[in-house]
Amino acid sequence: MSASSSTLVVIEDDPQIRRFLRSGLSAEPFRIFEAETGRAGLVEAATRKPDLVIVDLGLPDIDGVEVVAELREWYTRPIIILSARSNEQEKIKALDAGADDYLTKPFGIGELLARIRAALRRAARDAGVAAEDAIEFGEVRVDLAARRVQRAGSDVHLTPNEYRLLAALVRHAGKVCTHRQLLADVWGPSHVEHGHYLRIYMAQLRHKLEVDPTNPRFLRTEAGVGYRLLVD
Amino acid sequence: MESERPDPDQLLAEVKAAAARAERGRLKIFFGASAGVGKTFSMLAAAQALRRGGTDVVVGLLETHGRAETAALLEGLELLPPLMLDVRGTLIKEFDLDAALKRRPTLLLVDELAHTNVPGARHPKRWQDVDELLAAGIDVYTTLNVQHIESLNDVIGQITGIHVNETLPDTFFETADEVELIDLSPDELLKRMREGKVYVPQQAERALANFFKKGNLIALREMALRQTADRVDAQMREYRDEKAIVPVWAAGERLVVAIGPDRRGEQLVRAAKRLADSVDAQWHAVYVETPHLLRLPQVERNRILGYLRLAEQLGAETAVLSAPTVAEELLAFAHDQNATRLMMGKPTRTGWRRWLLGSVIDAVTVRLRGLDLQLVGDPDRGRLGGAGFADQLARTKAYLGIDQSKAVSPKVRWPAYAAAAAICALATALAWLLFGRFEATNLVMVNLCGVLLVAYRYGRGPAIAASVLSVALFDFLFVAPYYSFAISDTQYLLTFAVMLLVGLTISSLTASIRLQARVAQHRQARTEALYTMTRELSRAGGLDEVVMIAVQHVARVFEAQAVVLIPNAAGTISYPRAGGIYGSYHGADLGIARWVFANRVVAGLGTNTLPGAEALYLPLAAAHKLVGVLAVLPSRRERLLIPEQRHLLETFAGQIAAAAERVLLAADAAKLARQAETESLRNSLLNAISHDLRTPLAVLVGASSSLITDDDRLSDAARRELAATVHDEATRMTALVNNLLDMARLESGAIALAREWTPLEEIVGSVLGRLREALVAHPVKVSLPPDLPLLNVDAVLLGQLLANLLENAAKYTPNGTPIEISAQVLPGRVAVDVADRGPGIPAGEETKLFDKFYRLQREAAQSGVGLGLAICKAIVAAHGGTISAANRLGGGALFRFELPAGEPPRMEPEAETRVATGAAP
Repeated sequence: MSASSSTLVVIEDDPQIRRFLRSGLSAEPFRIFEAETGRAGLVEAATRKPDLVIVDLGLPDIDGVEVVAELREWYTRPIIILSARSNEQEKIKALDAGADDYLTKPFGIGELLARIRAALRRAARDAGVAAEDAIEFGEVRVDLAARRVQRAGSDVHLTPNEYRLLAALVRHAGKVCTHRQLLADVWGPSHVEHGHYLRIYMAQLRHKLEVDPTNPRFLRTEAGVGYRLLVD
Repeated sequence: MESERPDPDQLLAEVKAAAARAERGRLKIFFGASAGVGKTFSMLAAAQALRRGGTDVVVGLLETHGRAETAALLEGLELLPPLMLDVRGTLIKEFDLDAALKRRPTLLLVDELAHTNVPGARHPKRWQDVDELLAAGIDVYTTLNVQHIESLNDVIGQITGIHVNETLPDTFFETADEVELIDLSPDELLKRMREGKVYVPQQAERALANFFKKGNLIALREMALRQTADRVDAQMREYRDEKAIVPVWAAGERLVVAIGPDRRGEQLVRAAKRLADSVDAQWHAVYVETPHLLRLPQVERNRILGYLRLAEQLGAETAVLSAPTVAEELLAFAHDQNATRLMMGKPTRTGWRRWLLGSVIDAVTVRLRGLDLQLVGDPDRGRLGGAGFADQLARTKAYLGIDQSKAVSPKVRWPAYAAAAAICALATALAWLLFGRFEATNLVMVNLCGVLLVAYRYGRGPAIAASVLSVALFDFLFVAPYYSFAISDTQYLLTFAVMLLVGLTISSLTASIRLQARVAQHRQARTEALYTMTRELSRAGGLDEVVMIAVQHVARVFEAQAVVLIPNAAGTISYPRAGGIYGSYHGADLGIARWVFANRVVAGLGTNTLPGAEALYLPLAAAHKLVGVLAVLPSRRERLLIPEQRHLLETFAGQIAAAAERVLLAADAAKLARQAETESLRNSLLNAISHDLRTPLAVLVGASSSLITDDDRLSDAARRELAATVHDEATRMTALVNNLLDMARLESGAIALAREWTPLEEIVGSVLGRLREALVAHPVKVSLPPDLPLLNVDAVLLGQLLANLLENAAKYTPNGTPIEISAQVLPGRVAVDVADRGPGIPAGEETKLFDKFYRLQREAAQSGVGLGLAICKAIVAAHGGTISAANRLGGGALFRFELPAGEPPRMEPEAETRVATGAAP
């Protein structure tokens, strides 16, 4: 598996969390480098060329969001952020700045591992052939090249906006997409405040693609943050 | 012998009096027939004995009159330094009341109880100082001569020919706890006086010549002895009443004395006092004010009110009644008071005038039922001085509050005369048309009509003018010889006289009726003013509002400036902090206000205490507490001296006090409730932290420590078990801490709602995704109507609300039972239900569920601190909605929250006409 030789940089100031991550991830064949501050983390990331960076949002020297933004100036591989509960705004800022996923403390090591694996897989996929043209989840198949959506083998009719929204989610499959990102993607940068457009189209998509739209399996809501297309 | 039951009312009164006495200081009066009998000496001797016994005795003020044996007795007693007051250049020694109150001895000696204080002192009279000392709980010894007792004042004046102005109200004398008579025979007294033991010689000579005649001294001694004997008698009666050995009176005597407008008031009052005392009756002094009497000049009215004040001092209850006729009102009052005797002065009108104009006595006699009438003869026939009409009119106008200059202005008057002339001319013209067809005596009726009209419409002056004018015109035109003022037939003189008389009578009647109407109107206006204020006060929400309403109304109704002074946090009266409004009185004397507040007695302008002050200070005493002081500065002083105005003001004060008390009590109650709530919350929080946090911590520490230390001895299964325990407990603690933090943030208002128009479906979906594990044992059924509108909510908080309800449902219901989520659109709102099939909610707990730290089973092993539903309530409240819980038909609980529906933003529907995807066409 591609994860076997992955290099990780963990930027986290709390020694207990670092200890927990170190021991928790020790069962996996990761090479882990730790940094206590944002500045040290940026240096570490630049020198170690990691496959994935984990950034804690509450750092002593510079803001975690800033770390993400600076990393994204040159770094293209996945970034996962760790945040304390109840600061959705920080989370959204970090995601908007380019983070791929987030985890809210406290979290279990199993959950973290799953996120790491998914992100690495996605990165490997993106790095491969210029984006897979077709993606499948459940009984739905989306073929971006053919602009074709099928459910259980038969075509699904979508409105242009529905299609654009679905396409945006498919392109970032597995990643958390903030409301802002999706709005800018589908309706253009001038529509980032029209949150209700997004919610209504999202609801329509669920009705067309999900088995139980009130308990969606794939088109997941990240409460207060955005949406994520969960693919296995 | 069977002893009878004492009258409960009387017993109650005695118990109350005893209680009041217990708090009050005791008053002992050393009582004598005249100066020189040794009152001061005896007082000092008694005080010395007490001092030796260890009592804290202080001499407040004492005059030795240069007597050596008296001065010797002062030895060893603490003397209070007197107040030295400068009165027109001479220094006068005065008793220092404040120093005495501050020193607070057990017993204070103050000489000469009837002394009149220097103007400017707090009270006009020393006995009022003593009263205040007693009220402060200080025992007082004092001295008094018999001639100073109010009710005996005139009798003694008649005997000795010397009037004393320094008098003591009988009521005060009667309330003394002990009266010790210091008796000395007249011969002995005169001997002592000649020896110079009483006054210094040259003063003694003068005094001997005037007052200290043997005859006088005998009379005075008899008076003093009788007064003391009366007291003994009264004490004995009181004792008898207490023991209820014999019913003393079948029915209590009650005496009503009617004060008239004449000068015999004082004599009447004193006579009534003597009669009341002799038959042990309660007595009332009454003055009936008719519209006619209302027009009396101020001086006269003050004199009459003076009689009432005198009666009050002599122990009477007084009343000023307003009525058109004296007799009826008087009898009605007597009847209301259950009076047995009515006392009046003998009629002032005699002979034909009494026959013609009637007298009050006659009217009373005719209507008298079940009441004895007692007449008092007059020593000198004082009559009501003739006051000018203008003065009377001005007096009435002042009472009515009409600007005098405007009312009497001739500018206003002359059109009335012009109208009178016009009406006369019209009447004469009419008569002229009829002239020849009717007799002249009948034509006169036409002219009379004119006069009548003028008298009715324009009053006395124009009526007289119209009479004269009509007579002249009539004489000139219709009486032979025509066109001359000469009269051939004297019978027309009668015609003229009648016309004049009719004019005068009608105008006077009309004026009287009009005045009565206006007085009635005014009274009604006042009542309405009171009602208006009371109504507004009842709506007042805070003390500031009460004060504002009070000041506004008092200022308007009494044409005054007013201020309500409320004690500050330290309990002392101070100026209000709020800025003044229209009618605010700035510069009220805080000293007086504080005194009024401390003593609960009205003071200032026109009262017994500091009468020279510019404003009147009324205590705002409500049923349970003293709220503050109302200070009123009238724009016209005399206004507040009128008893009915004072009375009205006191009624206002009562209403204000009641309203203020209501507001204060409400505030207190709210504060207490808040305190209790905070207290119980704190306890719950402590409980939560001590129990609900400590338990998982104990488990965590225990389990993890055994994982560390006993690692090698543990089986894999045991190790996994311990690790799982650690995980579960940590998770439980996380939830708990999250809840505590959420509650704190919601309560502190730190959360700003991030409202977005969101479909409920999405929120439900995200919550179900999040709670997948927690809900694994319960099938969840969601039924949302397709037309459910978007909700303008904070999706995260609403998600938490739903999560809490779902977790609760999962926690309290058996595994396998379904949980249902449904929603419905109601007018203006959307209702969301979370229903389960668990045990339901115990009856009566439906609302308590949402209280903080509430749990169905106090010590249950269920996790959480009982904040889940409280958080739900806070979230719903933040969204402007409501939440409730109920039991379902067929078992189980149903939680419903309702949120305002709002108006979702419009969105252009996107046509699905263009098929974006799918099989190529």
